[in-house]
Formats: sequence, C-alpha cells, structure tokens
Amino acid sequence: MTRGETAQAPLVLVVDDVDHGREIFAEYLEFRGFRVATAADGLEALEKAFELHPDVILMDLSLPGIDGWEATRRLKQDDRTRDIPIIALTAHALAAAHDKAREVGCNAVVTKPCLPKDLEQEVRRQLEARTP
Amino acid sequence: MAHLDAVPGPRPRTGGGIGAKPKLALVEALLAEEEARPCAVVALRWLVRHAGVERAVCAVADSESGRLLGLTGIGVSITSIDSFNLDLGDRTHPLVVALSGGEPVVFHDSSQPLLRAVETPLGNLSFHAVPLGSSKEEIGPGMLLLTGLEDGPVPDDILWAAELLGVRLASLWYRRAQAEERRHKRERSWLFSIINAVTDPILLTDADGRILVANAGAEMLLTAGEDKREGWRRAVALNNMLFSASLFTNAAESGPTRRELLLVDPSEGQDLLFEVLSTPVPIRLGETGVVSVLRNVTDLRRATEEIEENYRRLRVAEAATRAERDRLDLILNSVLDPILVTDAEGNIARMNPPAERMFTVPRGKRNVEIERRVRTNDAVFTSFVSGLFVSSLHAGQEGHWRRTLSLIDPQTGNTVPVEAISGKVASKHGEEMVIVTILHDLTEAEEKARLYEQVTRHSEELRERVREATAELADQNELLRRQAFQLEQASAAKSQFLANVSHELRTPLNAIMGYTHLLLEGVSGAMTPPQHDKLGRVDANARHLLAVINDLLDIARIESGKMPVQIERVRLPELIDEVMTEVEPVIAGTRLAVDRSLSPDLPEIETDRQKVKQIVLNLLSNALKFTPQGSVAIRLDHEHGTDEITVAVTDTGIGIAEENQKTIFEAFEQANSSYARRQGGTGLGLSICRRLAHILDGRITLVSRLGEGSTFTLYLPCKLRTE
Repeated sequence: MTRGETAQAPLVLVVDDVDHGREIFAEYLEFRGFRVATAADGLEALEKAFELHPDVILMDLSLPGIDGWEATRRLKQDDRTRDIPIIALTAHALAAAHDKAREVGCNAVVTKPCLPKDLEQEVRRQLEARTP
Repeated sequence: MAHLDAVPGPRPRTGGGIGAKPKLALVEALLAEEEARPCAVVALRWLVRHAGVERAVCAVADSESGRLLGLTGIGVSITSIDSFNLDLGDRTHPLVVALSGGEPVVFHDSSQPLLRAVETPLGNLSFHAVPLGSSKEEIGPGMLLLTGLEDGPVPDDILWAAELLGVRLASLWYRRAQAEERRHKRERSWLFSIINAVTDPILLTDADGRILVANAGAEMLLTAGEDKREGWRRAVALNNMLFSASLFTNAAESGPTRRELLLVDPSEGQDLLFEVLSTPVPIRLGETGVVSVLRNVTDLRRATEEIEENYRRLRVAEAATRAERDRLDLILNSVLDPILVTDAEGNIARMNPPAERMFTVPRGKRNVEIERRVRTNDAVFTSFVSGLFVSSLHAGQEGHWRRTLSLIDPQTGNTVPVEAISGKVASKHGEEMVIVTILHDLTEAEEKARLYEQVTRHSEELRERVREATAELADQNELLRRQAFQLEQASAAKSQFLANVSHELRTPLNAIMGYTHLLLEGVSGAMTPPQHDKLGRVDANARHLLAVINDLLDIARIESGKMPVQIERVRLPELIDEVMTEVEPVIAGTRLAVDRSLSPDLPEIETDRQKVKQIVLNLLSNALKFTPQGSVAIRLDHEHGTDEITVAVTDTGIGIAEENQKTIFEAFEQANSSYARRQGGTGLGLSICRRLAHILDGRITLVSRLGEGSTFTLYLPCKLRTE
C-alpha cells in the first residue's frame, strides 16, 4: 500500500470451505499488500465479519451449514455489516446462482476458476466504490 | 187487231132526222151510266146505229195532266186507244186546234198535204173531229173522231149527241177528278203522316237546294219560325248552310250518295252527327230534285267509339294476358324439373321442355323404343293424375299431393324415379280446374342417399378403426408420455449432471489456474525461465479446459431450454465495434487484412445482444483462426424483403470440403482436426452459434470451397418476437 504510515492496509475476509481456494486468494492478496482473514464456513464467516469488520468479504457460496447466500443475507440485514462490500465467489456458472447472489445483496459475483489478479482488481473496484 | 163492236149495221138514213124515241133512249142510257167509259161506249154505239158512223173514237181532255187521252172506241184496237195521247199544250197540233175551235173539223186521209202526220187510232182513214160539250168552253171535255160521214156539215143529231155526251162526260170526269183529288189529298196526308212519323229528318229539295218537302224532324233542324229565339234561328241558319253545302258537294252524283254531316241541335245546342242518304228524284218534267234522309248517328258514333274503346281495351287486356302467358311460359321453361299442366281428364294442356323430353316423341325419325317409353310414362302419369280425383279428399298439406313415380328416360331407357307434386288450380269462378304437376328427379337424391349410406358405412368402419387406432395411440401415448417423462427426467438429470460436472471441474481448475498464477506471478519466489515456460503451458491448457467446460455448459443450457433470452434494442455498428475490440489482439498477431463493411441503412434491431455478440465473435474468431493468409471481411446488410439483418463473415482461409459442410455445425466437429488442434478451439463454437441463432429466430448458412475460403452468414430477424 502506498498510503501514509498510519494508514492500515484494507482487511479482506476470504470465506471458502475448500482449503486451496482460501489459500490461493489469501496468499495472493497478502502478497499484494492486503490484510487477510479467512473463514471455512458460513457461521465462522458471520463471527469474523462481526468481530473484525473487514473492508471487503470474498464469499464462496457453496458452504456447509450456513451457505454463502444465507450468510450474505444476514450480513446485509445487520446494520453493523450492511456497508461491507461482499464479492460472491462460485463455481456455479448458471445464471440462476448469480441472480440469487445479487438478490441477497452481493455487490459482485465472480465465477471460479478465477485468476487471483482478476480477483484483486474486483476487490480494489469495490473498495474504491465504497470510499469515494 | 181486235176491233171494238165492229158491227156493220144497216146503213143509217141520212138527211132525215133521228126520231125522238132513240134520242130519249140515248139520254136515258147516258144518265144511267155512272162511269165515263161505259157512258162513251153507249154514245158511240148509238152514233153507229142511228147516225151512219162507221168507226168512232172518244178522247177526253184531262186538265190534270194537260193531255188528250183515248177513252174508248168502236172499230179500232184497244191498244191504239190506250196509246192515244196528245199534249194539249201543243197549240199548233191540228186536233188541239180543232178542239179549241169548238167546231167539227174534217180530216181527210193522210195523203192530203193539209194534214200533218196526225197519229190517231183511225190510221189513214178520213174522219171528222167533233169537239164534245158546249162550244162555249175554250177547251171542251173531249172530242169524237168519227168516220163514215159525208163531207160537209156534221148532222145536227150528231152534234146533239156530242153535246149531250160532252155534258155527261164533263160531269162524270169532274166527279172522277174530284174523287181523285180527294184520294190524292188523303194519300198525301198519309204520306205526310208517314214521313212525319219517321223521326229521321227527310227532305226533298229542288235543283237550287230549296226545300220542297220536309218532315217534322227536318223542319225542326232547318226551319225556324219568328217565335224562336235568336240562338235557335242562328243554329237553323247554320244548319241550312251546312246542309246546302253538303248537297252541292254531291250534286254531280247521279245515284244515291251517302255522307256524314255535322249539324247543330237548335234546341239543345249540341252537335249532332248525321248520316245523309241522298237520292236524286225527278220532281217535274226535266227537273231533278234530291230526297235526303238524315239519320242521327251521334249515339251510334258514340257507341261505335265506345265499342272501339272497349275493343282496344280488350286487345290491351288480351295482350297483357298473352304477355302474362308468355311470362308464365318463360317461368315454366326456366324450371329444370318437368312441369305439366293437365285438365281434369288428365289431358296435357301445357308442359315445359324437360316435361316434353319425358312425355313427347321427338320429331324426326321414328324410334319404336322411344315411343314405347313415352307411352309408358304417359300411362303412369295419367294414372297418377286420375288417381288424384279419387283421392281428392285426402289432399296432403297445403293442398298438394306427393307420390313417387317411376318413369323411364325415353332417350336412354334408364329408370327415372321422380317425386310428383301436384296441386289443383281452380279458376276464379271455381269451375274450371287444372292440375299442375312438377316432377322432381330423385335419381340424384337416391344416388346421394346411396352414397350417403356408403359414406356412413365407411365412416362407421373408419370410426371403428379410428377407435382402435385411438386406443392403440392412447397406449402408445401413455408409453411415450412415460418415456417423455423419463427423457425429461433424463434431460434434467443430464443438465444437472453437466452443471454439477461443471461445478466440480471448476473447483479443481480454480486451484490449478490459481497456483499456476501464483507461481507465474512470483508469489512463491522467482523461477528459472524453463520453469516459467512449462508453467505457461499448464496455464494455457487450463484455460482451454475452462473454454471447453464453458461451451459444454452453454450447450447443456440451450438443450435444456434454460438459456434465457433478453431482448433489447441493439445498434449493430456498436456491437461490431465491441467484437473488433475483443479480437484486436488476435488480429495483431496475424498479418491478415480485416475489412469491415456496414450498410448505411442498418436499422436498430430488437434481439438478445449478448447472444448476437457471441455468434459474431465466434464466427470472426474462426475466420481469423482458419485463415493463414489473405483477408477476412465482415459485412452487414439489411434485407428489406424479409426484414432480416445479415452478418456475413468471409475469409480466404483453408475452406471446408463439401462433405464436411453439413457436419461442421455439430458438436465436436472440426473439419481439419490437426489444424484445429494447432489453432485451439473446442469444436463446440459453430454448434453453439447455430443453436443460438435458432433461439434468435435466425439461421447460419455456409458457402465454402476447400482451399479457397468460407463465408458464414448469420441471418437475424429485425424484430425478435417474444413468446
């Protein structure tokens, strides 16, 4: 990050039940200078979101227990987390999955496989949209 | 010639006077006779017996006719007496002279020059003409012509007798004349009564047109007394003028003439039309008058006119009747079914041509068969008609009789079933009655009925078959439905399977591509160039795999009907720009000339923008991919006739063999697999393009020649209809 010394790097919460999925995006984003937190399921994602109040959430939709759609809905219904941009990540290529994600409040939908640098661009786009 | 009393008596003594006794006897005899002629006979006999007269003639002067007429004679023929006739007006005639002289005159025989040819009953004999009666009268009542007397003065006894006879004859003749007069007067009055009794005016006019005699009718028209009013007199004057004029118009005619004359009724003032019959008649010696009988034909004329008018009306009515009849004939003739009009006895009064065909023998050569058939028809028909009278009480509804008859077509001999429909038509007065019969050919109806029955039977069979088939079909349907359900399930399963596969492939692919990327980006530290190259190949193959997976997913979505269509207004030039931008890096890597040609009148179209873009992008990518050298052209046109947009992508590439042109659109087909493999591509692009084109109501065609190049053309409707 090229901001001032006091400026803290943006915190990205990466939610994915698949280990390598979390690892690839987390490692790349840290490599690119972001602070990264991870969650392996919906419940953990909600806890981390309320606890850490990340700047952006990368939310895989197919999660055990509370899935990505449900977790997103809850976060978007809560005043504390409503403003956090959520980028949905899914291996579902069908439009229905994407539409449903937008319905529950996802700010963007990215289809897997997704190159880490493409994801980084989407994260930056969301951050800029949030802080004018 | 017969002679009257030609008695040669004893010669009378002469010189000596006749005694008183014979004279007295003569007087008595003359007085005893009441008629002139016997009286004269008595006197002449007496003269012959007593006065030496040989032959004697007595003639009387008739003042009425002005003639001297033979009355009787002795010794002369009766016819000569009757024909003796002298005009007393002829004053130079010797006998007239003698008569008017009052003295006896001697006429010697005709050889003497003194005597003119005096025709008397006595012929050429010399005679004495002795006037009768007293010599005081200018013309006496008559004269005696006597022979046998000596020359010299006539003896006194003869003169006495002549005077005596004259007085007596004068008396008798006068009486006779009076009687005659009375008779005439009576007859005249009768005559007047008769002509007055005739109401038609009758007139006798003289040569100058003056009215001599007119009956009452004529006087009414042509005379007016002073007492008549002015109008009457003027009418009469006018009538006279008209009548005279009409008389002179025909004056030249010698015989009876007939003409019409218009006069005025003086009392009423109406015009009267007369027919005038004029006949010339002698009225006096040498003068001709005209008898005109006027017949009033005014009423007759009126009656004639009325009759003519009635006759004219009758003719008009007759013409109307004829026209009506002609019209009726036309109507009858226009009907195709036979129509017959018969009297109560069944005799045919009229028929139309179709009936003639059935009931008359055609003119021309005899044909026994035809005649027999016509007779049969006639018998059948007559029997039907006569039957109507027997069953007259059982008339059907509306007073019609219906019965089916079996006739024979005289020409062909075919049986013709007909329905005879008859009605009785009574005249106005209800006495004359005719029967009108129309024969309706049932052949067609029966044929139809037969056909209908056949059709019904066939239809029944068909229905049975259909029923069977339907049952079978229902079974089949059920089977199919079950199969369809299974297929649907299978299809859904397949789609779900593909979606799942896609999902399951993407997750590991995400890992492969992600780690590769991390390594290539140097996240895990720097690599040697050979390591980098090899990782690059991993990356390329991972991307290809991703493309295949995406294409497969597209096909799965299209086939399962889950490909959503979003219609919007599309500006094609912009769309082409986007496509060009996307393929720009590819073009940059080749040495191909890429030409873009857009028709200036391209309209905005309504379609699914994303799908059109996908098709065009695919076609253009293919063209670039399979064209080693030369050019690629994209051309857009608007087909006004079909209102279609065409997007043609033409290349000068490797082309496609004819035998491969059909299968090129099927999944996983690439014409030249080795080349394709070198060029990349999933082999699913054209298959997807064609399916997308179908979804957009369009199509893709291909024109290509191996080694020369290809043209793929996308046809799209300008306005996609949503369902």
